[in-house]
Amino acid sequence: MQTLVAYVENKPGVLNRVSSLARRLNVNIDSLTVGPTENPEIARMTIVAHTDEKGGHRLEASLEKLVDVLLAENITERALLERDLALIKVLADQQSRPHLMELIKVFRARVVDVAPESLIIEVSGTVDKIDGLLEVLKPFGVLEMARSGRISMTRGGDLLRPPVASSATEQSAAAR
Amino acid sequence: MKLTGAEILCESLTQLGVQHIFGYPGGAILPVYDALGKSKLHHILVRHEQGATHMADGYARASGGVGVAMATSGPGATNMVTGIATAMLDSSPVVCITGQVSSKLLGSDAFQEIDITGITMPITKHNVVVSRAEDIARTVREAFIIANTGRPGPVLVDITKDAQQASCEFDWDASVPKLPAKRVRNNHDQAEFDRAIELLNTAKRPVILAGRGIILSGAMRAFEQFVRTCNIPVAMTLLGIGCFPASDPMNLGMMGMHGEAWVNHAIQESDLLIAVGMRFDDRVTGDLRTYAKGARKIHIEIDRAEINKNVKVDAALIGDARETLEKLTPHISNPDRGAWLSHIKELKGDSAVRDIQSLPDNGHLYAAHVINDLWKETRGEAIVVTDVGQHQMWEAQYYHHNQPRTLVTSGGLGTMGFALPAAIGAKFAKPDSEVWVVVGDGGFQMTMCELATIVQEKINIKIAIINNGFLGMVRQWQEFFYDKRYVATPLVAPDFAALANAFGIRGERITQRGDVLSAIRSARESSETVLIDFRVEQEDSVYPMVPAGASLHEMIRRPSNPLVETATEP
Repeated sequence: MQTLVAYVENKPGVLNRVSSLARRLNVNIDSLTVGPTENPEIARMTIVAHTDEKGGHRLEASLEKLVDVLLAENITERALLERDLALIKVLADQQSRPHLMELIKVFRARVVDVAPESLIIEVSGTVDKIDGLLEVLKPFGVLEMARSGRISMTRGGDLLRPPVASSATEQSAAAR
Repeated sequence: MKLTGAEILCESLTQLGVQHIFGYPGGAILPVYDALGKSKLHHILVRHEQGATHMADGYARASGGVGVAMATSGPGATNMVTGIATAMLDSSPVVCITGQVSSKLLGSDAFQEIDITGITMPITKHNVVVSRAEDIARTVREAFIIANTGRPGPVLVDITKDAQQASCEFDWDASVPKLPAKRVRNNHDQAEFDRAIELLNTAKRPVILAGRGIILSGAMRAFEQFVRTCNIPVAMTLLGIGCFPASDPMNLGMMGMHGEAWVNHAIQESDLLIAVGMRFDDRVTGDLRTYAKGARKIHIEIDRAEINKNVKVDAALIGDARETLEKLTPHISNPDRGAWLSHIKELKGDSAVRDIQSLPDNGHLYAAHVINDLWKETRGEAIVVTDVGQHQMWEAQYYHHNQPRTLVTSGGLGTMGFALPAAIGAKFAKPDSEVWVVVGDGGFQMTMCELATIVQEKINIKIAIINNGFLGMVRQWQEFFYDKRYVATPLVAPDFAALANAFGIRGERITQRGDVLSAIRSARESSETVLIDFRVEQEDSVYPMVPAGASLHEMIRRPSNPLVETATEP
């Protein structure tokens, strides 16, 4: 499994180009998240792909060839933080509710919706943590689940910033 | 100055230095055609949009500039697909302009509406829909930059009809390209550089693998300097032909599936490969598990995605070939390669005696004779545009190119039907050059409608059809690997000479070896297009051949007794 971060132009069709590239390279995407950055013209993607290191390199280099991709970086081997968020709707009657609350506390999840027969639990964290919670919730009856997909960020001073419109890129464009 | 989008397009193309547009009109591009009529741009009316893209491609390959093709929406655009893919696989800078239905109709399945940007996404370097007249000038400028910088490739600009019709203020100087601010990668990693220098200076049996990247970056002089300095023999890819003179003693010739035996053996026995602007295509490497097993590899390549794609390399120098070579050469010592070079010479001596040119004339007309005579007669100075198949490989083996951009051929995609239209494009790029089409009877029938384009444009190219009555390369595979079961390869063709006449083109048929040279001479003397139908040996094969998937040194060699079959009866 390889994790890549990409900064892309925030405009129609870019997601299609990225996913189409993965398809062309015969790489199965496990998770792909897109969101705007502090610059509304730039979006950030976290791509988790079912491939090996060589495939990860190829995906990274090929992504960066797309005109609309400003930067792509394989961060699999870096110290990184990854988060996934899940909303889980689970059956909760009078009897099971206290047990559920216990588990929710242990997993540092929280209840975001309460109905007579069910609860919606919000949990965020690593994929393993969410999978773990899901496992223990299953016996209660999981009615519905939505997961956000992974977002990742390298730790500490290891910054991954979108390239700024440098004079170098503009000059090279003008020169031609 | 207020102009319509269509006028802005024509004005922008003119500003960008475009002189020729290869295209075919239709409803959704009509406003542009109306504006074209008032511009100084020369439009070449093709007979099929595939031809337009191949012509633009041929134009780009022969000139080094950007070729421009134009078509209407829907079927006009989809007909371009093969030509776009051909340009993509061979990194050819082509800009395709397609008309599109009005923006308010987009997505409504309107007449001749098709999602051409969706269709061409994986086969273009970039593509874009323009739906506002205000964006046309900037987008076209961007398209030209993208097409012909870095690793070149085709760009498609799809312009809606309402954008062509709308008027807006046109200011060329203000229409500055706004390409995304991409990360500038550190191209020349010093550690990789040092490793490359170390490998170069210690290698005992090195071989350079020269590809099209050298031609694309205009690195011919830097490359020659590099070869002289490090004294390493050069093997070429099909598309690398011309990057280094064939007449140079350091040039071994083409490598790969139909490369000469000494070239492939030299590669397999080498201890260092220096790949410059090539991508270790499977037709070049054969079985990767046994490919140059004893060799370290240096890869000089502008496209980072090509590094370690097929072959794991020891030093990757990412960047423009010319810049990289210029930086590298001063650090190379000039070691004595006497033993290695004489060993290669021995390998060569063994193969040369099997060469068809060394055989006595037995009355049979082989394709190789035609190519060899063509080479001699044109002194290797013509631009030769080939199609795909046996004749293409024979051209690569028997026509010796000393100049870059004198062989125009579809390598990566292997597109039959490429030759005739690409030659038309090449002729427009180099009107003073002699242009020869070398094409099989199969491929010629795919795009022969462009003969009419030749006549309408009154251009002068020479067409040599290598006619063996078969889809020759496929037949060869059937002979070698399918027990001679010739399914769907025997091919009926019209009388090509008579066909040429019907178009108003002089046509001839040649069946004897003795007549080849005089036919070529006579064609060259004509100031008009001439077509020669060479009826060659029907079941001749291209040797040597590395069967697909076999190791590079496991070649089917040229038989010492050439086939003695009856010559084709006219």
